[in-house]
Amino acid sequence: MERIPILKMGEYLLVSIQVDMHDRLAMTLQADLTDRIVSVHAKGVLIDISALEMVDSFIGRMLGDLAAMSRVLDAETVVVGMRPAVAITLVELGLALKGVRTALNVERGMDLLRNRIDARGREDAGRE
Amino acid sequence: MAKDVAASLNDILQNDQEALLRTWVDRQVGSPGFRSDRTSRQEVADHSARFLTQLREAIRSGDTNILASPWTDARRVLDELSFARAQQGFSPSETAQFVFSLKQPLFERLRRDLVNDPGLLATLTSEADALLDTLGLYTTEVFQRGREQVIMRQQQELMELSTPVVTLWDGVLALPLIGTLDSARTQVVMESLLQRIVDSGASIAIIDITGVPTVDTLTAQHLLKTVAAARLMGADCIISGIRPQIAQTIVHLGVELGSVITKATLADAFAIALRRLGLAVQKTAAAPARRDREGEDRDVRSSLDRPEN
Repeated sequence: MERIPILKMGEYLLVSIQVDMHDRLAMTLQADLTDRIVSVHAKGVLIDISALEMVDSFIGRMLGDLAAMSRVLDAETVVVGMRPAVAITLVELGLALKGVRTALNVERGMDLLRNRIDARGREDAGRE
Repeated sequence: MAKDVAASLNDILQNDQEALLRTWVDRQVGSPGFRSDRTSRQEVADHSARFLTQLREAIRSGDTNILASPWTDARRVLDELSFARAQQGFSPSETAQFVFSLKQPLFERLRRDLVNDPGLLATLTSEADALLDTLGLYTTEVFQRGREQVIMRQQQELMELSTPVVTLWDGVLALPLIGTLDSARTQVVMESLLQRIVDSGASIAIIDITGVPTVDTLTAQHLLKTVAAARLMGADCIISGIRPQIAQTIVHLGVELGSVITKATLADAFAIALRRLGLAVQKTAAAPARRDREGEDRDVRSSLDRPEN
């Protein structure tokens, strides 16, 4: 069965969606990603959707859900590389993905993740 | 039109074409509505001669439906004329006058030639009258289409003109909005802003609404959509240029701007943007004398570098 690869890089997980998403694929990705976050104790997840050309309300919600699930599992999530057309579509659908962090490209996304995790580390240290 | 009627009309047009053309052109040039500033006698005579020839050809076919194929060439002459006049700013009646002014010279000629045959005179007059009327209306229609094209092109240009995306600094874009923000414009604004964010890799976009005359719930919704779309691309938006009345309207309408940063002036927004990027503007020394203008610009530039550099 077709699957979207989840790459581990240090304490981060990288998901690059290079094919057009269909519903089944999206559900598999949710299951795989949550499994991987738990098994490798990932601190951050970066989802690259620069190749995604078409979104519908389901895929839009799926992106939001993915971020929410990662957050529950204590991993910061950044969605990067959204195309202008996709952004406009999501907004028109009323899915502004509140609570999802976004960045222009993978590089910026990694910076953002690193900053967030550093900041969280400092907060935790301060609390102890 | 019956064959014999068509034939006799054609004969009259053919025999007297030169004289008829001369009287017709004289009438057009002599009429009070003649636009000597926009066109010349030569041009009018040229068009008239071509039209008269094509008209005769078409009449010879005996077909009175001017949309039929024998009329193709005659229509083309009228198309050219009407389009050109629409672009040059003629009025519709001045354009239709081209065809209608042919009536009088033609009827005079018919009356003179058919003085012995009142029956044929009446038939020919009414046939020619109906024909010229349809042609005149056709001219107006084409003229209208030409005008519509002009309007559409202008709308398009206006749309493009009014949505510039300006780079204020490396990574900071500004979008000075001028004029009312409707759905069509929001779409253009959104697309050009998002495309520029991708192209330039900007992380902050300032939407300045100083030039937006009124903000209603719909405008606010359009603004919020743009902000949300930019955020999805990974860029933060700041809305600036909110005038006091507009601030009042926004609150009275109960528009929820949510987490969007709003500033009164573009300068305030720019200051925030610079701070976010870790940049600072510093005063270097006493303001230099006027003649050092260029040097001054250089100083300001270097002091805007990152603090740690």
